[in-house]
Amino acid sequence: MSTPAAHGQSQNRTVKWINDRLPIFTFADHFQDYPAPRNLNYWWNFGSLAGLVLMIMIATGIVLAMHYTPNSELAFDSVERIMRDVNYGWLLRYVHMNGASMFFIVVYIHIFRGFYFGSYKSPREVLWWLGVVILLLMMATAFMGYVLPWGQMSFWGAKVITNLFSAIPLVGTTITEWLWGGFTVGNPTLNRFFSLHYLLPFVILGVVVLHIWALHTVKSNNPLGVEMKGPQDSIPFHPYYTVKDYFGVGVFLLVFAAIVFFFPNFLGEPDNYIPADPLKTPPHIVPEWYFLPYYAILRSFTQDWWFFQIVFSWWGVSAKLAGVLAMFASILVLFVLPWLDTSKVRSGRFRPMFKWAILVFLLDCLLLGYLGAKPAAEPWVSISQWATLYYFVHFLVILPILSRIETPKPLPHSIAEAVLKGGGGAAAGATAKPMEKA
Amino acid sequence: MATSGKSETARPAAAHHEGGSRRDFIFLAGGAVGAFAVGAAVWPLIDSLNPAADTLAEATTEVDLNPIKEGQAVTVKWRGSPVFIRHRSKAVAEKAQSVPLADLRDPETDEQRFGAWPREQWLVVVGVCTHLGCIPLGQNPSDNRGEYGGWFCPCHGSQFDTSGRIRKGPAPTNLPVPPYTITKDNKLIIGQEQEKKPTA
Amino acid sequence: MLKLARTFILGAGLCAAAATAALAAEGTSPPLKDGDWSFEGVFGTYDSAQLRRGFQVYQGVCSACHGLRQVSYRNLLQIGLSEAQAKQIAGEKTKKVIDDTGDVVDKPRGLADRFASPFPNDQAAKAANNGALPPDLSLITKARLGGPRYLYSLLIGYVSNEECTKAFKDFEGKPLKPADGQYCNAYFPGHILAMAPPITADGQVEYTGENAPKATVQQMAKDVSAFLMWAAEPKMEERKRLGIKVILFLLLLTGVLYGIYRKVWAGIKH
Repeated sequence: MSTPAAHGQSQNRTVKWINDRLPIFTFADHFQDYPAPRNLNYWWNFGSLAGLVLMIMIATGIVLAMHYTPNSELAFDSVERIMRDVNYGWLLRYVHMNGASMFFIVVYIHIFRGFYFGSYKSPREVLWWLGVVILLLMMATAFMGYVLPWGQMSFWGAKVITNLFSAIPLVGTTITEWLWGGFTVGNPTLNRFFSLHYLLPFVILGVVVLHIWALHTVKSNNPLGVEMKGPQDSIPFHPYYTVKDYFGVGVFLLVFAAIVFFFPNFLGEPDNYIPADPLKTPPHIVPEWYFLPYYAILRSFTQDWWFFQIVFSWWGVSAKLAGVLAMFASILVLFVLPWLDTSKVRSGRFRPMFKWAILVFLLDCLLLGYLGAKPAAEPWVSISQWATLYYFVHFLVILPILSRIETPKPLPHSIAEAVLKGGGGAAAGATAKPMEKA
Repeated sequence: MATSGKSETARPAAAHHEGGSRRDFIFLAGGAVGAFAVGAAVWPLIDSLNPAADTLAEATTEVDLNPIKEGQAVTVKWRGSPVFIRHRSKAVAEKAQSVPLADLRDPETDEQRFGAWPREQWLVVVGVCTHLGCIPLGQNPSDNRGEYGGWFCPCHGSQFDTSGRIRKGPAPTNLPVPPYTITKDNKLIIGQEQEKKPTA
Repeated sequence: MLKLARTFILGAGLCAAAATAALAAEGTSPPLKDGDWSFEGVFGTYDSAQLRRGFQVYQGVCSACHGLRQVSYRNLLQIGLSEAQAKQIAGEKTKKVIDDTGDVVDKPRGLADRFASPFPNDQAAKAANNGALPPDLSLITKARLGGPRYLYSLLIGYVSNEECTKAFKDFEGKPLKPADGQYCNAYFPGHILAMAPPITADGQVEYTGENAPKATVQQMAKDVSAFLMWAAEPKMEERKRLGIKVILFLLLLTGVLYGIYRKVWAGIKH
């Protein structure tokens, strides 16, 4: 698959006529010629995978919406009808349901790739921000989508999360009743969540376009964290990374298919197969796995926690409000990450201390996820309080300090230098620029 | 407005001052009117999300208290949420009244909440945990009622006493007392305020 | 290839670890008993003879209190009942319809109708059962941790009141004492439940047919659990069949894509 003559300069008169009026062919060429660092590893597959999952979710979602009934009396049964009577309904539903989990797995790996290789650093701050905005939109979309089957966990999850807004002083109740369209979660809530759940993915799509635009402006980071300096450092995105992405898609789909076809309910909660009952709380309300770390942070704020008493309680903030603030802060802190980690070196490969810090941080996130599923009792409460503290200490204390005290390993001068020096492949310097167009 | 900025800079300074302030005013006024128009147009969209008239109409619930014996508890639905009603014995009510305010996170006397005898024998609270909206256990005799003999929220472990006041756990405030009236023939009307004085 | 697989497995594994941990963290019940069902495992399929026996048990024992409202009578053809049999079973129940003169009348149900629930509404069900609501069983195996294993264990897991007091404690640490109308079960969360032991004696349901096993309590519990697994997940066989094809196809596709990837990148140092 070699690159054909760029369409932007095509001699074909029709193509030229259209391109002069709307330069879509020039635009398409840009994607073919987009120079990517030649040393991207498999961790760089997850961006395109996230795009793929978004497409799968939109496609299955649109069709599911044609069969679903957003009414609190009928929603549960309409989902069961999809599972039992609609042709391939079970497949669409299981793909959509597990697709949400796959989306978060892929995006979390994508984010940790960014953490480790310093992809948030100058000049990629706006690219990083847009990514955080996508994460927030994804969380809102996933949360509202989970409400739609109107099972017990749907209802009580919605109730617990919307109740977070009642922590806002003075206007809390007004806001929650406005969100609910009633005095509690009910049919009006379900209706508006359905509307927004349909809308938000297209907003995500829009932000994804901006995310890619920003990416193509500042170009991809790479495992060395050294910017591309010339053509010897790069290769065209197509065909090299398109074929690599396709291969990644194959492996990803194998994992996805294994879950959908053989363990479709593994990541779900049994309680959501019980129709919603507004008068009966399930014994444990547990959010979906991808929200567990935030849920653990939310719950770790108790009235008698020393940290809460020192930092929050004296200015009249309740533990509930503090928990809500901390939960939102755990995401919002990502917006300022580029200014917390001030080390000039991007890649964790050349940062001996940062490497450990990011590993411990990853373990802390997993620990928070584990704790989010535990009942609110000792020793889990104390552990999650320390884990919550560490989460913020990592960003607000460890990263700024590390940036100052750490001595990074020497960086290679260029991608080409590092690539051609290391690794004993047969090809030598002469092949450094194969297939590259003038 | 952008074009005005350009033409202003091109004009002599004296004329600019006088004409500029007049123009500033008209632009300011235009901006204000425009902002009002946008606000007025958006408000119906925002307000449409508030509880609708039919939802608001389900405002009161009536319960006959006569069949509820002392020590018994019933749960009724009011505005889509459960309301806990307990028929307290005089001893239980007095115990709730004797708790010093200093021991309470959200200080409120039992009398402030339910009034004086015989009204105090009826405990009426909205059965929704003030932490995150779960329904506390304690209405069934076999339920865990927590250390204070009232209610125990299974979600995050809040514990309420026999007056429905928060004593332990993450909930910030007491279980709210809904507006209610107890009529002479022992009928409870939830959603309608009454002076908290003895009915007899 | 290995490297990518490792990347995936690492990521997915880490994420799944939290979820598994969440599921593993429950209660004080003994480990669930397994019914050695044919539908277990990646290639497992339903044993239609067992499903029919299980349906017999549902009809004879459970259906007096528990509905199956998501299942239609036509679905019985899938487990090997004849059309005539299914029609006859449907016809034993009625539904309310409005006739030409506007009166509400009872009409026998047909194949296209869903299973009739034993009570007209939840309040009636509660009133008839000492205030306890017998749950609809359409999704019961998916709505309980452990699924059919939980159900099977529950059905054979009743213990006497004396044993109950000895073995189990309530949340305050006091020995459990089932009240009147309450029963004790080793597998029920909290151990006290309102359902009397439903399957109590061998031969309670009469199994017919040539190869039918003896209708022991265990066998009946096993069969009805299998039936309810089918009722909750009727598309399982279709799902697994398609799944095997999809996985095989994806293996081929991924292999080819890997070949293309290697070919395109041949000679490129990266």
